[in-house]
Amino acid sequence: MNDVQAWPAEAGVGAGAALALIVKRDLCLSFRRPEQLLQPLVFFLIVTTLFPLGLSLELSTLREVSPGVLWVGALLASLLSLDALFRSDAEDGTLEQLVLSGQDLTLIVIAKTLAHWLVSGAALVLVSPLIALALGMPVGVFATMLASLALGTLTLSWLGAIGAALTVGLRRGNVLLSLIVLPLAMPLLIFGAGATDRALADLSTSGALYLLASLCLFTSTLAPFAAAAAVRIALE
Amino acid sequence: MSSAEGLAVDRVHVWRGERHVLKGVSCTVRPGELLHVRGPNGTGKTTLLRVICGLLRPEQGEVRWDGAPTERVRASFQRSLAYASHEPALKGDLTAIENLAFTVGLKRPVRRTELEAFLRRTGAAALLDLPVRMLSAGQRRRVALARVLALESKLWLLDEPYTNLDAGGVALLSELLAEHRGRGGLALVVAHHEVPAVSDRLELAA
Repeated sequence: MNDVQAWPAEAGVGAGAALALIVKRDLCLSFRRPEQLLQPLVFFLIVTTLFPLGLSLELSTLREVSPGVLWVGALLASLLSLDALFRSDAEDGTLEQLVLSGQDLTLIVIAKTLAHWLVSGAALVLVSPLIALALGMPVGVFATMLASLALGTLTLSWLGAIGAALTVGLRRGNVLLSLIVLPLAMPLLIFGAGATDRALADLSTSGALYLLASLCLFTSTLAPFAAAAAVRIALE
Repeated sequence: MSSAEGLAVDRVHVWRGERHVLKGVSCTVRPGELLHVRGPNGTGKTTLLRVICGLLRPEQGEVRWDGAPTERVRASFQRSLAYASHEPALKGDLTAIENLAFTVGLKRPVRRTELEAFLRRTGAAALLDLPVRMLSAGQRRRVALARVLALESKLWLLDEPYTNLDAGGVALLSELLAEHRGRGGLALVVAHHEVPAVSDRLELAA
């Protein structure tokens, strides 16, 4: 008996096709709930507007603190949506179906994290020039700021995937998730805001950007394995 | 047919914390057979299904698929099984067809028309393009059943599949199980409901 023909699922689906399917499905789910997409962006806008109100309305002062303000705002805003990375799938049972799909769980984690970054981190990066302008940041600094934020939010998504996977079994895991992820995100803040600061002062930014890129590479190679192991434990 | 073909659960022990849930459970299911797992609440019926499909690792004992420990052939074994958990495992924001296209698409390339046919077969054709959150519990169960069919897997692991089904649904499920066995498929059904024409029964005791 030709088993593959009798039971077509046994032939399986390639990793690339599976990755594309998961990313597509997660993006589709996000766009079905536009309010959840907008919330972190609005949060980012509001938090960064609070700083001028609390500090000073003087544009020269704001320009000096703008890299830090942008970075802290972006970090906190991208934390908001991290909790949902695995939780909604775990609650309705679709995470089990994913794990049993015969696809590598590491690949599933990579796809879900990338999809999450596209709707959270990348969206934050896209709106950041607006806020930067409002804070008086010169346009010449934008390239560095955008590059550092893109690398930083992606790294944060990888770190967040570990945190989200570790807390997926907990009823109210989001505070614990922040407590796990924020300390790990400190180097990102230091180098990310540092790179933008140096660009503001017209100094070379390559050192800080390379460090950010290496952190991003480091987390993107290790985090999927750690998060996959945590998901497997959470399902037990 | 070799004697090892099919599913074998060999003296599986599982503890949940201090509780010894599965105490050396053994069973075998061969192609064309249907095993009905019964027992009072809390005797580990769902735990047994989760151990078989590999979501839960047993402390002792092993599960074998065609003679090989499933731990070792995990990916290919999981491609051979369709697991329908107690929850229908559907995304409320996606339509029935989108839900199926996604979970089935991870296991095998599948076309929309094919999925429509499976949904028609389980009596959920009228619900194709509705977001699943608008469906009743019984309708969701029918969509989940269509997924089991669409996966075209050799081994079915069904956890309380009769829940929320009306009389027509119950008859349909029995018919589908008979068809699956006719193709040489294996099925393991956890149910309080009477399952017709079973090959064997496994009673789990407290």
